[in-house]
Amino acid sequence: MCFLLPARLRAPTGLAVAAVTAAAAVALAWQVAVDGMIRHNLGGWDAPLGIGLYADGLSCVFLVLTGVVGLLVSVYARSFFSLPEEQEGATKLFWPLWLILWGALNGMFLSADLFNLYVTIEVVGLAAVALTVLSGRPPALVAGLRYLLAAIAGSMAYLMGVALIYGSVSALDLQVVAQSIEGGSSLRVAFGLMIAGLLVKTAVFPLHFWLPSAHSSAQAPVSAILSALVVKASFYLILRLWVDVFDGSVTVAAGQALGALGAAAVLWGSYQALRQRRLKLMVAHSTVGQIGYMFLLFPLITLAHQGGADAPWLIHAWTGGIYQALAHGLAKAAMFLAVGVFVLAVGSDDREATVDLVGRLPMTTFALALAGVSLIGLPPSGGFVAKWMLLKATFTSGQWWWAPVILIGSFLTAGYVFMVLRQAFAPTKTPIQLKPVPRAMEVTALLLGAAAILIGFRAEEVLFLLDVEAPFQEAVEAEEGGGL
Amino acid sequence: MIAGIETHQIYAVTAGLLFCMSLGGLFLCGHFFKKIIATKILGTAVFLLFISLGKRNAMEFADPVPQAMVITGIVVAVSAGAFALALARRIWRETGQSTFEDKP
Amino acid sequence: MTLNEWLPLIIVASSLVPGLVIFFLAEHQVTARTVLNLFGATLKLLLVLVVYYGILRGNEYEFRYDIGVDLEFSLRVDLLSLLFAILSSILWLVTTLYAISYLEGSPNRRRFFGFFSICVTASTGIALSGNIVTFFIFYEFLTLATYPLVVHRGTEAALQAGRTYLWYTIGGGTVLFVGVVWLFVLGGSMEFDRTGALAGLAGEHSGQLKILFWVLIGGLGVKAALVPLHGWLPIAMVAPAPVSALLHAVAVVKAGAFGILRVVYDVYGIELAEELGLLTGLAVIASVTIIYGSMRALAQDDLKRRLAYSTVSQLSYIALGTATLGVTGSIGALVHLVHQGVMKITLFFCAGNLAETLGLHKVSELNGVGRRMPLTMAAFTVAAFGMIGLPPIAGFVSKWYLGLGALEAGRPWIVAVLLTSSMLNAAYFLPIVHAAWFREPDGEWTVKRRARYLETSWMLLAPAIATAVLSLAIGLFAATQWSPLEMARQIAEAWYADR
Repeated sequence: MCFLLPARLRAPTGLAVAAVTAAAAVALAWQVAVDGMIRHNLGGWDAPLGIGLYADGLSCVFLVLTGVVGLLVSVYARSFFSLPEEQEGATKLFWPLWLILWGALNGMFLSADLFNLYVTIEVVGLAAVALTVLSGRPPALVAGLRYLLAAIAGSMAYLMGVALIYGSVSALDLQVVAQSIEGGSSLRVAFGLMIAGLLVKTAVFPLHFWLPSAHSSAQAPVSAILSALVVKASFYLILRLWVDVFDGSVTVAAGQALGALGAAAVLWGSYQALRQRRLKLMVAHSTVGQIGYMFLLFPLITLAHQGGADAPWLIHAWTGGIYQALAHGLAKAAMFLAVGVFVLAVGSDDREATVDLVGRLPMTTFALALAGVSLIGLPPSGGFVAKWMLLKATFTSGQWWWAPVILIGSFLTAGYVFMVLRQAFAPTKTPIQLKPVPRAMEVTALLLGAAAILIGFRAEEVLFLLDVEAPFQEAVEAEEGGGL
Repeated sequence: MIAGIETHQIYAVTAGLLFCMSLGGLFLCGHFFKKIIATKILGTAVFLLFISLGKRNAMEFADPVPQAMVITGIVVAVSAGAFALALARRIWRETGQSTFEDKP
Repeated sequence: MTLNEWLPLIIVASSLVPGLVIFFLAEHQVTARTVLNLFGATLKLLLVLVVYYGILRGNEYEFRYDIGVDLEFSLRVDLLSLLFAILSSILWLVTTLYAISYLEGSPNRRRFFGFFSICVTASTGIALSGNIVTFFIFYEFLTLATYPLVVHRGTEAALQAGRTYLWYTIGGGTVLFVGVVWLFVLGGSMEFDRTGALAGLAGEHSGQLKILFWVLIGGLGVKAALVPLHGWLPIAMVAPAPVSALLHAVAVVKAGAFGILRVVYDVYGIELAEELGLLTGLAVIASVTIIYGSMRALAQDDLKRRLAYSTVSQLSYIALGTATLGVTGSIGALVHLVHQGVMKITLFFCAGNLAETLGLHKVSELNGVGRRMPLTMAAFTVAAFGMIGLPPIAGFVSKWYLGLGALEAGRPWIVAVLLTSSMLNAAYFLPIVHAAWFREPDGEWTVKRRARYLETSWMLLAPAIATAVLSLAIGLFAATQWSPLEMARQIAEAWYADR
């Protein structure tokens, strides 16, 4: 709708819409927490035919994450895009594209049917690419095209899987499909295709080739959205399929394979981040590594499932993975925003240019440091809770081989985070003239960084929310299946 | 018609072949335009599979749900393709680059 | 919730809040900053004393807070935590006074005092933590809070030192992380007041428990500067004197030593540790560290580096006492935790005074300095004699108990280690004392003493003298009811009560 507005009205409208959307997400989460799962069938048709919207704890957690990050990034973007140096290209299209993207993300978290999920993920992908190329600079264009081709290939693989599933069970609704799945080779192929397609979109090693260039060449608020939210969307979808739909048919080997990819991503991404000289590339590579952590969730929950639904580490693995997604979302958004401020002020994103950052941009450095602490997983922070839970799950489940990956990963992360901060403390002899940066930008980056730390103090609420229709409560699920 | 094989099964097998071929094309061809064509064929393969599903239960009439999905899918695919073409053209105009390997 | 539940949290917050507020003050608001700092320090000390009084009357102070699943944040006060908390709050107050004067006129003081307060928050948190998770949280928090202090000067050397410091401490933290999670998996949340949770596992998992012990010690040993994990400590000397004083006497190294105490006595428990035969190894490592540190100290000409190696050596007395079985040895370890802190901080204050007033950094430059700065050097002498172990200064008391404990436990070789170390201590401290008092100055002092003025600013002098007097007093009055020794005795006797 924003397309219709004249350019100067777009930012305030966008901001207002952002606030309303975020508020709605929080309200929905509240309602779900109080009343339990919500299901709404559009047009009044029932599950097999109609299109259902469905909100449970998992979707609410992601909705709220998107709401919080989205709102703060919107505030940041408003200042960012009113700067004279960011006016080139088609930046006035930011607001409509971003709101479409946000809408599609929310739609995705709420969709209850496979095909709807396809549509939303495609819209997310297209809007994300459009945002990437917003500046119109050649590197961004090339990166955007690469991203677009990868995204199309990914969603087509997913759609192929949907077709095969429809072919064998004649249904698209997640719950209906979950109940009528019996196994068999075509289902396995379908599952493989869907997961592979989504892995491309989530940029899991070795399918991450498109991510660093795309995320680093986009403009700061866009990078934050891409890294914090867009890759989480396809992660959410994999998780949803894995635990809700293909619950019975996933094998231990498949879980281990995903875990191995995740582990490789942790090591490779963090190592690459350590090697980068440009800050934005560093942060983008760090996303590859941090996404890897989330995938360590799969071998843990899969083995738990094979060994009985009440395996003691299940809750740890589950919380750890989700918490990693949350903490990374907040911390990475903070980091990209802070780096954005820095690039604006200094005019360079060379890692060596951060000299005396503490003295010159204390607030931004603080945001960077808070986000870094959470990424490393030092207590007290969201990242710490995530790594604690994952590590505990690996020990309890006896899959100790993931533990070194987690630890080496945080060690490498510490390496690149402190490489930046170390420079930041060095005073300069020659004071460099800084360009003034709007205060709102610094504040939003700091708020996001603080949020990444603060969620480490209180996991209870998130856990409570996750508990609503948690996929492992067999009894609850069976009862609800009867109701439909 | 070969005995035992229905038309929709031929469609389905063709779809599978096309899918693999276009994936290969997407990764192996260097030129932007070829890559974009490959994604289009990829889409076609998927839609073909959907259409073949519509007839599989030897019903009196075709199952309408896959058709509805295909229509939606085509709309999405066309816009994605248009977007990709526009991007490729813009890149070519600005840098003269037509593959990912070229350094501008 | 009652006040008793909130008190531990308030004690922690009493330095955290001023620290955070300081970040929001402007650089030039010196008065506000000073008032805030001193207010926080005094409040903390008062609260800790109130809690001490309450504990003696049998009150309980505990704050609990669920983070999620089975992660629980818990602050609980027992005598051991009080011992450490009283030490840190007294020394913080003194060091704050010192730092205000020491850093007068230097840039970035807002940042310095902000992190300074946060650093003390972390060390109080370590003292009060009621379970191993909370301990770990504050332990890592301490790493983060001290880093900006180490690199405060921003010189190339400071940055280099900061980097070394980080690699060591983050490496140690990572190892400790593994240990803590492992412990958690084996024995639950490891509340420090439920010793023996692991005892039931001894038969089944004794191999695991042994490895786990060394993992934990490895993680803690970095901060406790056990050889070969001590490398960061002498390098971190580039930090300003108050920071070195605090790092060496209270915050960082004591966090490691305190952690070792907790692990041996409250996590494993003496019986289990003895049964698994873990303590001999620890005693050997501690002895090696003691001797090695002293030998290296002998070779240093830079005064602060000499003191740093001396810290490496002295600190391991605590680990050694812990590893000596028997109540007397434990008393020695506990009381040395306090005594070493008070004496070492005196030495660093004096070194800072010399550097700040006369620009002296090297041992070889100290000839005759006793005449120019008599009060400073008097304080230095008291503390150095204490370190050597001359009666009646504090250091004597702790060495006495350590030696006695070793004999009780039937390990005479530990006594030999103690004696050797005392000789080495004498060998590296006495020349300084001798040179300062009895040698002729090499030439005129570059900074003239102004008539009728003190030898240096009173705010630099007073803390050094106060801690020197304190180290004399806690040695002299060790037998009274309120001395650290008495507290240590109560703690140690409680540990051994059920044997």
